[in-house]
Amino acid sequence: MLKLILRRLVQMVLIMAVASLLLFAIFDTPEFKKRLAVQELGGFAVSALSEDSYQAWLSERGLDAPFYIRYANWIGSILQGDLGFSYEKNREVGPLLLDRLANTGILAFFVFALMIPLSLVLGVLAGMKEGSVQDRTISFISVFTTSIPEIATAILLTVVLSLGLGWLPAKSAMIRGFEFQQLILPVLTLVIYDFGYVARMTRASMAEVMTSQYIRTAILKGIPYRRVVMRHALRNALIAPFTLIVLQLNWLLSGVVVVEVFFEYDGFGKLLLEAALFPDVEVVQACTLVAVAVAVVSQIISDIGYTFLNPRIRFA
Amino acid sequence: MAVTEIDAGPSVLDRLSRPKPLIALALLMWVPLTAYVMFGGRMDGYADTVLLPAVPATVLLYVLGVRAFRESWVAVIGLSLVFFWLLAAVSAPYLPLLDPNKPIAPFVTPFSEKRDVFFWLGTDFKGRDMLSRVIWGCQRVIVWGVSATMVAYVVGALFGLISGYLSGWWDEVISFFANVLLSFPVMVLFIVILNYLGPSGFNIVVAVTFASAPAIMRIVRGLALDIKTRDYVFAAQTRGEHPLYIMIFELLPNVRGPIIVDACLRLGYTTVAITTLTFLGLGLQPPDPDWGLMIRESAKTAMLWKFSYMLLVPALAVSSLILGFNLMADGLREMSLRD
Repeated sequence: MLKLILRRLVQMVLIMAVASLLLFAIFDTPEFKKRLAVQELGGFAVSALSEDSYQAWLSERGLDAPFYIRYANWIGSILQGDLGFSYEKNREVGPLLLDRLANTGILAFFVFALMIPLSLVLGVLAGMKEGSVQDRTISFISVFTTSIPEIATAILLTVVLSLGLGWLPAKSAMIRGFEFQQLILPVLTLVIYDFGYVARMTRASMAEVMTSQYIRTAILKGIPYRRVVMRHALRNALIAPFTLIVLQLNWLLSGVVVVEVFFEYDGFGKLLLEAALFPDVEVVQACTLVAVAVAVVSQIISDIGYTFLNPRIRFA
Repeated sequence: MAVTEIDAGPSVLDRLSRPKPLIALALLMWVPLTAYVMFGGRMDGYADTVLLPAVPATVLLYVLGVRAFRESWVAVIGLSLVFFWLLAAVSAPYLPLLDPNKPIAPFVTPFSEKRDVFFWLGTDFKGRDMLSRVIWGCQRVIVWGVSATMVAYVVGALFGLISGYLSGWWDEVISFFANVLLSFPVMVLFIVILNYLGPSGFNIVVAVTFASAPAIMRIVRGLALDIKTRDYVFAAQTRGEHPLYIMIFELLPNVRGPIIVDACLRLGYTTVAITTLTFLGLGLQPPDPDWGLMIRESAKTAMLWKFSYMLLVPALAVSSLILGFNLMADGLREMSLRD
């Protein structure tokens, strides 16, 4: 167990190192550096930047050093908490990113709070009786909802619930402070897109458990069906979905971009896109690093959780 | 997110991909369509004639497809949805449509007449006909989506075969890089790559390759690891064949079956990705119509119940295409499990 965790941690550090190296190399071209120079020096356009002032800026920032030293400096300053400066938002990247991550965290909290019970209940109901009417209905619904892309779900929900019926606000910009009502449409969009996948995996896991020997024994012993499902089947059937749900965190970071942009919700995804279009190089780098870190950590939690929940591995 | 529950046996899927006429028809449909969309601007006079052989090929392919899929009605529905859009894409130049880029009369609601022209789906905020924009848009979405998926498959399968068959250091290095790429959330990876390369169709192909190839590589690697212990591989090794020959002529034909289901799903993901990226402003560029672009352009203006058709039409179009791909994948899996 401990050995596994250690090996996973080493792997995580390696992946983070390579990912950050790639990220640094991508934005290390003269084109991006010139743009950064223009932003810092306060010029108008890249074409107006003279070669002399560019070289002076490079040496002032310490960017004329060899590649590995530049990379070491960059990583060093990031590890010390200095993520750079956003010229579009006119703020330090660190606090800006924290703000936006907190907003996305609120969104993610409600998504998970709604999605986990929904998908688990539906998955268990479908997997309990494989091939029955309820199984077929639930399976079809989950294929259907995951087939509709997020952008289309967002549009359909907005058109019906907000433009048509007028129940909810169409945008979630939160101009006058936090309003729960504005959170409903983005959360619903993400839940509708995501629950089907988890439900299908839960169904597969449940169906497998229900055909196993010990469930047959339990049923033949005359234990009420309800109790067989609740006490015997569920505990084993829910191991696989658990790891899957943790991995959805990774998925959410990519799914959240479209939803936040469409509903104009000030979160991580919108920040990343705006920075990429501006372009605000240091914000893009910081956002990507955070995203990769979240992805890698959730992967490790899911792996360790799986081995911990499975007694056959835990006590081996 | 990657759905990779591939437990499909080879039988039905092999039957589908074996017949040579089917492949010939698919090429006859696909090559003109791709040439038309990617290089149509450069073939001034005869651009429209290029697409002519593709129309009957598509119809014939659909008929053959329905016959092959008739065991599963889910797959037939999926196939019909996909081929509806394929047919629309192939026959767009020959349909009596208005110019998709020409402003006629703005904000005309669907099924109404204005200036002696009847608009089935209305016009957008610039006055361009929605029906012709949807149909012309599907051409670009389908061509770029399928091309990107195909390139990703070639790259992913190549690396998967190498790391599965050669194992050892090849496997270690390739798997590590695949893990690094897989640890980026997909959309973040897209944004970073397209930010670096600049938005265009060809760059989308590159970005999709980076995002999908690692997952494809993992699947192919697993299959190759399993297949390489078979007798016919040993026979080829004993004959003294080159590893490259064994990978391409012994392993590749036998991993083909299970991959088809995954390919259907992945076509769906790629189409979603392209529409989404265009909506975000990182994908295909205006003024030519495209579903994501239609959503992007009207997202600001169409925030009224009366004008919501501007958003609904492209949203329903993209949903139906993706639903088609997913139902096809579902039906194929079901069929392959049955026999």
